[in-house]
Amino acid sequence: MTIVNDIRQVLKDHARLSADTTTLAEDADLYQAGLTSHSSVNVMLALEGKFDVEFPDRMLKRGVFGSIASIRDAITELTAA
Amino acid sequence: MKNDTRIKIAQRIGSDIAAKHALDVDKNSRFPTEAIAALKQEKLLSALVPVELGGMGMEMTELTALCTALGQHCAATAMVFAMHHIQVACIVRHGLGSPFFRSYCQELVEKQMLIGSVTSEVGVGGDTRSSICAVEVAGDRFTLNKDATTISYGAHSDDLLITCRRDASAARSDQVMVLVRKGQFTLEQTSQWDTLGMRGTCSPGFKLTSSGSSEQIVPGAYADSSSQTMVPYSHILWAGLWLGIASDAVARAATFVRAEARRNPGVTPPTALRLAEVTNTLQLMRSNVQAVSQECEELQKSAEGNESLLTIGFALKMNNLKISTSTLMVQVVHQSLLICGIMGYKNDSKFSLGRHLRDSHSAQLMVGNDRIYAKSASMLLVYKDE
Repeated sequence: MTIVNDIRQVLKDHARLSADTTTLAEDADLYQAGLTSHSSVNVMLALEGKFDVEFPDRMLKRGVFGSIASIRDAITELTAA
Repeated sequence: MKNDTRIKIAQRIGSDIAAKHALDVDKNSRFPTEAIAALKQEKLLSALVPVELGGMGMEMTELTALCTALGQHCAATAMVFAMHHIQVACIVRHGLGSPFFRSYCQELVEKQMLIGSVTSEVGVGGDTRSSICAVEVAGDRFTLNKDATTISYGAHSDDLLITCRRDASAARSDQVMVLVRKGQFTLEQTSQWDTLGMRGTCSPGFKLTSSGSSEQIVPGAYADSSSQTMVPYSHILWAGLWLGIASDAVARAATFVRAEARRNPGVTPPTALRLAEVTNTLQLMRSNVQAVSQECEELQKSAEGNESLLTIGFALKMNNLKISTSTLMVQVVHQSLLICGIMGYKNDSKFSLGRHLRDSHSAQLMVGNDRIYAKSASMLLVYKDE
């Protein structure tokens, strides 16, 4: 899954997690892994740049960026449109 | 639904009790015991508890109006009242799935315990969404120790609601809230509360040690209860009481202008122009408080609305309310002081505005506006305002 690998790379570069983003489970809670509201904005910006998408305001909430799987779902929805 | 009687009760407690002791509370930096006792007497400390648990089920706009009513007479009383309700709101909106918190709410109705807030901590630099201390659970018991830079009316609180990390291995931002009851905690005071204003809130630093039953940990993540409840209730209720302080300053200025006008009917005193100007600013402040309070009340009524409280758009709105009202209030009080002149500057005059001015300066500091601006600046990098 290339989307997931790209997401992992973005998390590695910007999320400042205590866990290893290459092995983190897709459903692992990123906030429990140390994602903060500040670092989550950097993750959003990097994802927008990487995938050439814009997250609509309805997606700008904690739950959407809470796990690799939920980020993948959001990106998939935006790139499918 | 507004209940005029309850607002009248708060107005009466404000004018008959809080106002009477406000000077002494401020001068001696002492807790507003009489006004808080009167609020307890009227069962107003459980106003947010749902009706089925014996409370009033009060909603946001009415509670905001109560804070305004108290803020007109004694800002410290209003702030203690607001801070208490911010804690109750977290329990009522996030804890009622638990039998322990349901029965706690019923006890709150009966005994009117005052709940203090323990969110600040030495070493996190004022960021309430970070904790160093952690709740440590062994079996069905927990221990929790916190070095708090400030505990709201710490020595006068019955119970305390404390933020901390979920466990000893959790990230700083992975927090929960824990309610500790009287008798379960000890406080060792580590600093004084000799401040410019808000002197009666009596909120110095304390080292807290506590232990209790693990059912006292509020269910869910503090991240969610912070966005959905603690932040909106804080900013709206604070803005409500700040509106009260500003309204009373303008009321004093208006009384002063009318007295001037009566001395020379037919000539509009020059201060009347300044009064027209300051009422303009006050209206701006009032409209903002009422609109955001109303909107938050509506959003809380549906699952979808509650979900939207978690969005960046809503967080920005809360930040803007806080920054705007805390800034406008200082302007309003200052403009009122210019109108009253030396009579407003004197401490022993009925137009005195020294306390209002000192109290109002707390607003831009309690959660520093620059910290809030920085958060908004960050969020605006991704927010589109669609």
